[in-house]
Amino acid sequence: MIQLFYILLLGASLLSGCDRKPPATVESLAEAPSPAYGDTLLMGSIGEPSNLIPVLSSDSASSDINGLVYNGLLRYDKDLQLEGELAHTWEISPDNLTITFHLRKDVRWHDGQPFTADDVLFTYQLLIDPAVPTAYADRYLQVVKAEAPDPHTFRVTYGQPLASALISWMFPVHPRHLLKDQDVTRSPLVRAPVGTGPYRFVEWRSGEKVVLEANPDYFEKQPYIHRVVYRIIPDPSTMFLELRSGGLDYMGLTPLQYARQTDTLAFKRRFEKYRYLDFSYTYLGFNLRRPLFQDVRVRRALAHALNKQELVDGVLLGLGTEATGPYKPGTWPHNPDVRRYEYNPAEARRLLAEAGWHDTDGDGILDRDGRPFAFTIVTNQGNDTRTKSGEIIQRRLQEVGVSVKLRVIEWASFIKEFINPGDFDATILGWTITPDPDAYNVWHSSKTGVGELNFVGFKNAEVDKLLEEGRHTLDQQQRKRIYDRFQEILAEQQPYIFLYVPESLPVVANRFLGIEPAPAGIMHNFIHWYVPVDQQKYQR
Amino acid sequence: MFVQIAKRLIMMLPLLLGITLISFVVIHLAPGEPTDLQTQLNPEVSSELRERLRAQYDLDKPLLVQYGKWLGRLVQLDFGESFVQDRRPVAEKIAERLPVTIMINLLSIGLILLIAVPLGVLSAVRRNSLFDRFTTVFVFIGFATPSFWLALLLMDFFGVRLGLFPIAGLKSLGHEYLSFGRQVGDVAHHLVLPVFVSAFGGLAGFSRYMRGNMLEVVRQDYILTARAKGLSERVVIYRHALHNALLPVITLLGLSVPGLIGGSVIFETIFAIPGMGKMFYDGVMMRDYPLIMGVLVIGAVLTLVGNLIADVAYAMADPRIRRR
Repeated sequence: MIQLFYILLLGASLLSGCDRKPPATVESLAEAPSPAYGDTLLMGSIGEPSNLIPVLSSDSASSDINGLVYNGLLRYDKDLQLEGELAHTWEISPDNLTITFHLRKDVRWHDGQPFTADDVLFTYQLLIDPAVPTAYADRYLQVVKAEAPDPHTFRVTYGQPLASALISWMFPVHPRHLLKDQDVTRSPLVRAPVGTGPYRFVEWRSGEKVVLEANPDYFEKQPYIHRVVYRIIPDPSTMFLELRSGGLDYMGLTPLQYARQTDTLAFKRRFEKYRYLDFSYTYLGFNLRRPLFQDVRVRRALAHALNKQELVDGVLLGLGTEATGPYKPGTWPHNPDVRRYEYNPAEARRLLAEAGWHDTDGDGILDRDGRPFAFTIVTNQGNDTRTKSGEIIQRRLQEVGVSVKLRVIEWASFIKEFINPGDFDATILGWTITPDPDAYNVWHSSKTGVGELNFVGFKNAEVDKLLEEGRHTLDQQQRKRIYDRFQEILAEQQPYIFLYVPESLPVVANRFLGIEPAPAGIMHNFIHWYVPVDQQKYQR
Repeated sequence: MFVQIAKRLIMMLPLLLGITLISFVVIHLAPGEPTDLQTQLNPEVSSELRERLRAQYDLDKPLLVQYGKWLGRLVQLDFGESFVQDRRPVAEKIAERLPVTIMINLLSIGLILLIAVPLGVLSAVRRNSLFDRFTTVFVFIGFATPSFWLALLLMDFFGVRLGLFPIAGLKSLGHEYLSFGRQVGDVAHHLVLPVFVSAFGGLAGFSRYMRGNMLEVVRQDYILTARAKGLSERVVIYRHALHNALLPVITLLGLSVPGLIGGSVIFETIFAIPGMGKMFYDGVMMRDYPLIMGVLVIGAVLTLVGNLIADVAYAMADPRIRRR
């Protein structure tokens, strides 16, 4: 499944990854002194969290904090494989309809109450309760029966096999004893959460900081780092200055900061930089309802006219990679063997001529039947990389005789006036990539209505069939074949020109040891990070 | 006079009603809704869910009904609950941010007055001198300098290079463990750069205004009289002239009362200060109608009250106004 890029707009996403381990870390691991408890990690957060009850929140600042406070039944390990968290094992019935979770017995909520299957059942009921304003209900509405036969078993049954069923149980489990029989939106837990996770909530000062403290009774082990403080600093430049002055230990860098402002000895002595592919991609999408883009030769021509590597180098300063489809390179759904469109303006011109576009009046712009090849690319305000991409694309298309205007519009208006009604020629946008490849909502022909996500109006019978099959198939190899074919068709048809996958660029003060970069990023083993006693900076 | 004040107060009510109605309509005219951020372009949200969320916020009702409901609550001094995901009472959110904003604005206005008034008077007295020209250039540099740029330069120099001042925020990490005196010192330490930056840009307006007033006043006949009486230049300028030149500043101060609660988005974002400006900006971006309306109502009330206070104060200070 794919989720909206706006999350990335709000803040640097922390959990994402692909392995590019800098050698320095390996050395520091090898000679590492023994782990010790204590010290504080100061994290920079662009946005203020909105709500610390996970069913009610959908912003990245909240989910970063909730990730340390709560647990799900399952989670991804460092290689993005599912593993048990609150459930130690689980089994799927032969007909793929029923999942039974066996829960850990040694788990307690932060207030000391024992965790049981009733809490899981309660969380499910919250998710499907019409009175709860949650954005996550849809997947749970497909459950036909949920039950807790005993305090440590939870069982769900579906009407038909659902490929993303297991993943959906990664959702944080909420405490029943604190939330039952009340309006959750008014619960004090909104600003003072109680979970089962490795860190306990301490305090939240609006606009200033959120403080968490290690949970000594955490069922895996007590985390080494005693405190985590999220400092809310809305401006990336200020955040970077704070980092350099010692006021922060962790932040996500911008490509410019990573490439140009952190190359000093003084910086390298104090910080360790990491880079791995982010779970998102940026694309140029064509409105296929417009006659201009209905000819596939035109879309392919435009793909040949663009130089993706130039975008990666110019916009991301090389900190990213070319995209060929909607999945992340290096993960199992990604198909690297699809048709590629190398940068070739001559080929672009040839294809456009084949489609009937010639420069008959000599003004440098192609035309057909007296109408010039001109269109407008719309994108949202506040995302610098998209605007810059638009400018580069504008120039490249100009070179093959296509006149492009670029319009940048404030987010809410952009969605309401342009994307939802389908009133645009082309758009530069991004999607986040979730590890499950289901892309039904974005590409299925039934999702082309107003306000739905297939806003480019892509319709392809074979893709429809593949997507329907894919979301009800559980076998990974079978799914791989389905989604490989799906990517081939997308590459042939070019409804989007997939532009690039950016990198996540976190930086951590190098007194923190035990960090292990992996496909899942660096936060996956956070409870094992530590600071040797003699380097600890904060006493409380 | 009390009758006049009472009249003015009563006149404010329809004015306030008009302001709220126009603001309410205008915000709702802007495309987008509070639920959008949560539901738009989110593959996990179906259209039924979207409608359900809209209904929870009464967004499916006609605009006038929504306005009526909002007004009904406002009469009971209830600003309602924020539409963003924390659903907290608007009054609480504003109350949380107000003290910081007022404090910074007061400090910065104080600093501006402290510097701008003498600067303006001296420039006027020594008109066209080297000092006058230098201050003119200086205050206009301040006026023209983008605050975010100045702020970043100062942070980099004083914060990162010299380590003299903290960079962002208002409190150090261990603030809550400090004694009260130290806490005050800590906040003051954090406020040096922000207050300086915000005052720097405001110097030009006030000092030029002061200079103009002073030049106007020293041309008056009574100053001539004072000089003719043989009073020393000191007494002429600082007793007779300054007194009258300061009067219009009262109006200016009255007009800056609503400004006390307004913060600047850019400034607050750069210094990571949780103030009103950033909250209001975020509120607008998320189309958080109750929050926007709450801030606007307070702003409108303060503007009206500020004008009234300025008029009354002026009348008290200047007998010439009282007669009319």
